[in-house]
Order: sequence, then structure tokens, then C-alpha cells
Amino acid sequence: MTDNTNDINEPGEERVPKRILGTPPSEGGYLVHGEQIDESREAPGIYVQDPDKARRTEKYIALSFLITFLAGIGFIVSYVVFQVGDLDSTAVSNATLGGTLALALLGLAVGITLWVRGIMPKYEITEKRKVLAPSPEQRSELNQIIIDGAQQSGLGRFKLVRRTLLLAAAPLGLLPIVLLRDLGPMPKTALRHTVWKKGLRLVVEGTGQPIRAADFNSPGGILSVVPHGYEHDMNALAKATLILIKLRPEEIQPPTKVENWTVNGIVAYSKICTHVGCPAALYEQTTHHILCPCHQSTFDATRGAEVVFGPAARPLPQLPIGVDNEGYLIALSDFEVPVGPSFWERGDAEKKVREGEKA
Amino acid sequence: MSQPTVKPELPKAADGPLKFIEERIPTGDFLKRNLRKVFPDHWSFLLGEIALYSFIILLLTGTFLTLWFKPSMEHVVYDGSYEPLKGVMMSAAYESSLHISFEVRGGLLMRQMHHWAALLFVASMMIHMLRVFFTGAYRKPRELNWLIGLGLLTLALFEGLTGYSLPDDLLSGAGLRITQGVIVSLPLVGTYIQFFLFGGEYPGEDIISRFFTIHILLIPGILLGLVTAHLILMWVQKHTQMPGKGRTEKNVVGAPFYPAFMAKGGAFFLFTFGVIALLGAFFQINPIWAFGPYTPADISAGSQPDWYMGFLEGSLRIMVPWEINIASDYTLPLSVLIPALVPLGLIFTGLGVYPFVERWITGDNREHHLCDRPRNAPVRTSIGMAGVTFYGLLWLLGANDEIAANFHISLNATTYFGRVMIFLGPVLAYIITYRICIGLQRRDADVIGHGVETGVIKRLPNGEFIEVHAPASEPMAEHIKGKKEIQRFPDTTADEGGVPAPGMRGLMGKMRVKLNHAYTADDVPLEEHHDGHGEQHGEVLAGEPQKGITRH
Ligand code: FES
Repeated sequence: MTDNTNDINEPGEERVPKRILGTPPSEGGYLVHGEQIDESREAPGIYVQDPDKARRTEKYIALSFLITFLAGIGFIVSYVVFQVGDLDSTAVSNATLGGTLALALLGLAVGITLWVRGIMPKYEITEKRKVLAPSPEQRSELNQIIIDGAQQSGLGRFKLVRRTLLLAAAPLGLLPIVLLRDLGPMPKTALRHTVWKKGLRLVVEGTGQPIRAADFNSPGGILSVVPHGYEHDMNALAKATLILIKLRPEEIQPPTKVENWTVNGIVAYSKICTHVGCPAALYEQTTHHILCPCHQSTFDATRGAEVVFGPAARPLPQLPIGVDNEGYLIALSDFEVPVGPSFWERGDAEKKVREGEKA
Repeated sequence: MSQPTVKPELPKAADGPLKFIEERIPTGDFLKRNLRKVFPDHWSFLLGEIALYSFIILLLTGTFLTLWFKPSMEHVVYDGSYEPLKGVMMSAAYESSLHISFEVRGGLLMRQMHHWAALLFVASMMIHMLRVFFTGAYRKPRELNWLIGLGLLTLALFEGLTGYSLPDDLLSGAGLRITQGVIVSLPLVGTYIQFFLFGGEYPGEDIISRFFTIHILLIPGILLGLVTAHLILMWVQKHTQMPGKGRTEKNVVGAPFYPAFMAKGGAFFLFTFGVIALLGAFFQINPIWAFGPYTPADISAGSQPDWYMGFLEGSLRIMVPWEINIASDYTLPLSVLIPALVPLGLIFTGLGVYPFVERWITGDNREHHLCDRPRNAPVRTSIGMAGVTFYGLLWLLGANDEIAANFHISLNATTYFGRVMIFLGPVLAYIITYRICIGLQRRDADVIGHGVETGVIKRLPNGEFIEVHAPASEPMAEHIKGKKEIQRFPDTTADEGGVPAPGMRGLMGKMRVKLNHAYTADDVPLEEHHDGHGEQHGEVLAGEPQKGITRH
């Protein structure tokens, strides 16, 4: 860039620029020897504004700052006047507080911008860059200092110091990790079980009503169900929530388990998606598809909730249900396989169940 | 600078404190040098500033929120002023978020501003990073600052994730659930990490208070330190500048810090603040009262994460259902692991190593202070666009249900489309961008070689019609001439009996030469007419870093 390096106006090199640049916009891009500006402070690359224009700009700046002043007062007034509490009053308070705050900030911002553009000079100052890399002499000097220091410390010669120091440091690094051990219990088999057990009643999520099998009789119906007594136990719900679907008995096909697992076409599947655990809450009556809204895994309710689409790799586990002597739906046992997202220790639980049945 | 004839006095109010400081803290020339430090001007240099200012606004609004927020998962029965939720069981965290929204004047405003500022923070960081990438501003000596920036972006994502979970509404809980599902899927350590992080089973009683500490202390603390380091490095190395008249690798042209840049920066901070206040005032975001308290049994339909997490959502959505069982005892949930880790890993590792890989390929050991125009580094620009396409596709697919609903396409079709395009899209983007870059380079060469078309048609004495070309205007020409050649290694095969330079031997060396040749293949030199390939300037000796700047 030989043609570029020479024609830069280094400060102090000359008082007046060699050229009028094309770069700064023409409205302010000429030199004016304003009365109030110390003439001798003009340096190359500093283009003082036209004083008349600057005077005019001052009015707009003052107006902007005035707006900020008024908006600031307005903010305080809104704070006192507009109370909060319900949706509507909060919305009014929010809009007035936010509006006045924005106005105050933007007024100030506009004012300062006008100030920079209309009153301060335009700048095309050139500053030299120093090469960042040190010279070879500097480098070797530094190297020498480091070598000297290392030698003086004796770390190289006194092997025992060095080795025991390393040894001493090793366990220290482990301490923070050891300290974190009590963050939580070991997983053990917690992920393999839920609170469902033989005889536990199914209740409707939200209302807590037990469900009479005879009342849940319109085909295509669906209910979100939780275990009785655990309606507010988050940890229990995160695994035990069910979706209960009423099908026509003839619609049910394998691998759905029927005998001792369903009651008059009522099937219970885990609601916790086997992908990463969102509640699979959507149900399409016509296709009998259960859809998880998170990543759209789709399960076929008539076929043991097998995956028909999406990233989930396993069917939603089925829960064996029955009725108690009052006619209410109950669980007949826990799930046979772990519910929810897969984890390393899970293994092919389904296969093990099948093998167990054969044996 | 010449001495003033009349020396204006510093007013007492300023002189006193300045003297006080100078006599106690030996600033030496520090203030003198730095107050007049020159900052170059270009609109794209404002992106980093927006990120910085959003961060400050986040600290301010966030501090306000902590005055009322209760990071606790204790069950309470709501008895606040929002009627529809009266009597509902919820966590203390959610209750206090409702309290901030409905009973603290300005609380909702601060909550909404905090959320908007967070979105703007991540967005401006990413666009800033793209600017730095596409103009090659990460090159020597700025690689460290690039890495710091990458660290900042990573932390910002975690900061967003932890903050999003705090209000404990139904929507934030869905995000937390997905996070848990991903963590638990990690091989070997997944269940342990999950149990330690959540203090037991999901959701447990601890996660909100733990996320709270991470969100308001740990990550902001590190962010603050890294931001400071980022700014100090920028200050010491001086900002890069766009090529143009009078701008070289050895100078920086612009306005002085005091007073111009200071005032501009202040104004820009206020603009950012003002716009965020406007957003907070008039554009509702995250109306937690409408979602209700979190329960793992339910989900609000159409739930979407904050935009910066959308790409992970998209990659989870288009994944095929793969899961491997190892001897029926252990499970590798690839349908979670691959989409959660691979895109993230690709993008962040790619960004991290790119400056070093590029330096290795180009053998370019020079200091760079002039930005590249993207067209002049076609390979880099095309890689960048491929990356942007990859990210953008995943991001779009994170909302494929909305897209399917709005454009009446089948949802499954969008997924199949995504599965193909995620591989095809980046390749197409690379090829197209590359062609465009070379085309633009040719046009530049034309402008310098022939001048610009004027639209004036002239008839020559021999009857031929030609269009008159005028030389390019000076600023334009200077801007174009900022182009720097990329060094091309000598051909190893055509080496006349010489031994290849040290960096060119062996398998790695050969690969390096190959990559270098691919990198420089289509460069269009400026003074030539547009038919030339870049072969002519392969004379620079490989391994020999060019000193300073040269131009053919
Ligand atoms: S959690 Fe259900 S599809 Fe991902």
C-alpha cells in the first residue's frame, strides 16, 4: 500500500490538510476558523463545524434535553398516579412507566447525538499503530529474565522440591470435586420405579376426582391422570402421570396388552414422552395418535403406543389397570419398564420383560 | 500538535479532582495518551457495543428483580392480586414472579426489559461475531479476543438457560424438563450429573435456588471479567478499520475517545436502553401469569424456547429415532445425544479453531488491522455462510409446527425436508456464496482496471459503439484497493530440485499445500483483467511470513 502510507496527515506534520476529503459529508467537511474555538488547536483531521449551523443545532439539542426532563417528571408522576394489581391497571402502569422512561432515555440520546454531530468537530484523526510483536532484542531480554529467575529459584536443580510440590498439588485439585458429593443422592434404581402400585387409585389431574370405569365410556375420550395422594408431589408426577384413553375394544391391537391391563377398552400409557420427557399431551381422536408437543414424537394408542413419527425411540410404557370393588380405576402394579427419557443404565428393559415372560 | 497561543484554563471544579488523582495515582502519560485514543467509525462496529450495553442493562434490571424474587421451590397457595390464580398451589419462585409483575410498580416493566435485553444481548453478540468473522477481524493479533468472545457467547447461552427457568411457570418448566432429558441421556455420567444437579430426582426442590446462584452470581461474574478482558484487549490492540483512503495497516483513522467517541458511546448506550424500555413498555414478553405454575404433568401448547435456543430445539425435532442398546444392559440414546451435542459441538469447535486453521493454511503471520471485505476471502466467506445456513435451518426447524400450521404444509413434510436440507443446505450455501464472491471480485477488478460504467454510449470513428467508462471515485477505489493478496504456496511437484520448506513436508505438509491452493484458487488480482486466475502471484516463499503489508 505504498501509495497510501505517505499521504497521511500525521498530527503536527502540517496545520492544514493537503486535501479536502471526500469521506466526511460535505455539510461539515470544511475548515472554518470559528471565533470561539482556539484557532491554534485545529489540527489535521479536525473539521470544525460552521458556527451558524452549530447555533441552530443547539436549539434542537436543548429541546431534546427538555423532553427528557419532562419525561423524567412524567415517570415519577405515573409511578404515583397509576397503581398496579390486576391485568388492566398493571398494563396502564407498565405502558406509562415504560413510555416515559423510553422517552427520557431517547431524548437524552438524540440530544447527545445532535451535539456530537452538530457542535463537535468532525474528526478524521490519524493515529499510528505500534507493531505489537516485540523486537528480537526485547524477546531475548525477556527470555533471559525468565531463565535467570528459573535458575535462581532452583526448581530445576532441587528435584525433591519439584516432585513433592507436584505431589502436594494433586489432591488439592480434587478437593472441590469431593466437596460437591453431597449435591445429591446416588441415582441407584430411582429412575426405574414410579409410585404406582397395586390398588392405587387413578385420579383426574387438576380435580383429583377418582374415575369410575363405567363413567369413562365415550370412545375417543382422553384424560390426564395422576396417582391418588400424589397430586402435588412434583417428583412423583414427573414419572407417574398417565394418559388414559378410551378405545373401542376392537380397535385395540397388539402389542397393546389387554388382559389384566385394560378395562373395557380403557388403556393407560405413561404421559412422559420417551424422548426427553415432555408430557405427551395431545391426542388425535380420528387416528388415535398421541402427539408430544415438544418435538412431535407421535405414538399410536391402538398399538401399544408405538412410535409412528418423530425422534422418540421407544413406545410410551403401558400401565396395567383394573377396577376396585367400588368400580374405580386402580393400578394393578408399577410400570414394567422405566418411563420417560432414556438413560445409560436403562438398557433394553422391554426385551428383558419379554424374556422373563417366556421363562 | 502545535502549541496553543492562548491557553484556556481548566475550570476549578475539574482541575481540583484531576490534580488530586494525578498526585496520588501516577497516571504518567496514560490519560494523555488514552483520552485522545482514536476510534474508527463504521456502522458494523456498533454491534459489539449493543451487546455491551445490553449487558449493563441486564445487570441493572436484574438487580432490581432480585430485590423481590424468591429462589425457592417451596409450595405455597397463591393469595396475591391476580384473581385467576387465587388459591392455586405453586412454588414460592413463581409466586414472587407474580408479585413482581402485579404488586411492584415498575416490576413488570423491569421483568420485560430484562427479558428483551437478554434476547438483544445474545442477538447482538452473534451478529457482532459474524461481522468479526466475515471481515477477518479475528486474525493475528486478535485471536485471543476472538476466543474470549466465543467464551462470552457460550456463557450467555447458559445464562439465558438458567434465567429462563427461574420464574418456574409452565413454559419455563418445559425448557427445564428438556434440559433434564438431555443431561440424563449422557452415557455413563448422565444419571449422576442429573441427580447431583437437581439434588435427586427431577424436578426436586433445589434446582431453582441453584440456577439462581449460577444466574445472578457465577456466570455474571465470569461474564464481567471476560467483558473487561475483551475491552482491554480491544483498547490495547486498537480497533480494526475498514479499508479506505488514508487507512493502512499501520494507522487508525477516526474520532478521539474524548470527547467524540465518549459522547457517541454514551448516546448509543441511551439509545439501546431507550429501545429496550420501549419494548418493555409496549411489547409483552413471557406473560408468566397466562401459563400458570409448573407441573411436570402438563405443558402449554405451542411452547417455544427463547430464540437463541431454537437451533437446539430444531435439531432435536428433525432427528431420527435412533437408540442403541449395548448387550441389553446399557442404552445410548442417540436420538437425544446427536442432536443435542453435535450441532453445538460443530459450531463452537469450528468457531474456536477457525482462526488457527486459517493461519496454518494461509501461512499468514502478518498483523491485520484492516478488515477484509468478505468477497476478498471467498473460502472463509463461504464457510461462514454454510455455517449460517446450518444454524439458520436448525433454528427454522425449531418452529416447524408453527411453519406447518401457518403455511398449511404437513408437519411431517417439514421434518423430512429438514433431514435432507440440513446436509444439502450448507453445501449449496457454500457453492453459491463462493460464486458470488468471485463475481464481485471480478467486478472490483473491472472497476479498477476499466473504471465504472457511466451509461454514456459513444460512437467511435469506425462506427463501433462503446460505453464510456469513468475512473472510480477516490473513496470507492481506495476501498476496493484495500484488498490484500493471500499467499499461495509454491507447487511442491513443480519444485525445481529444491527441498520443500519445513512446513510443507510429510503428509500434513502436503495437505497444507493442497488446502492452501484450494484456498487461493480463484483469487482475482486487481490490476489484471477479469480473465486471470490467481496463479501469477504464487511467488511468495512458503513458510516465510510476509513482513508488513505488500501489494501486487
Ligand atoms: S420430548 Fe416428546 S418429542 Fe421430544
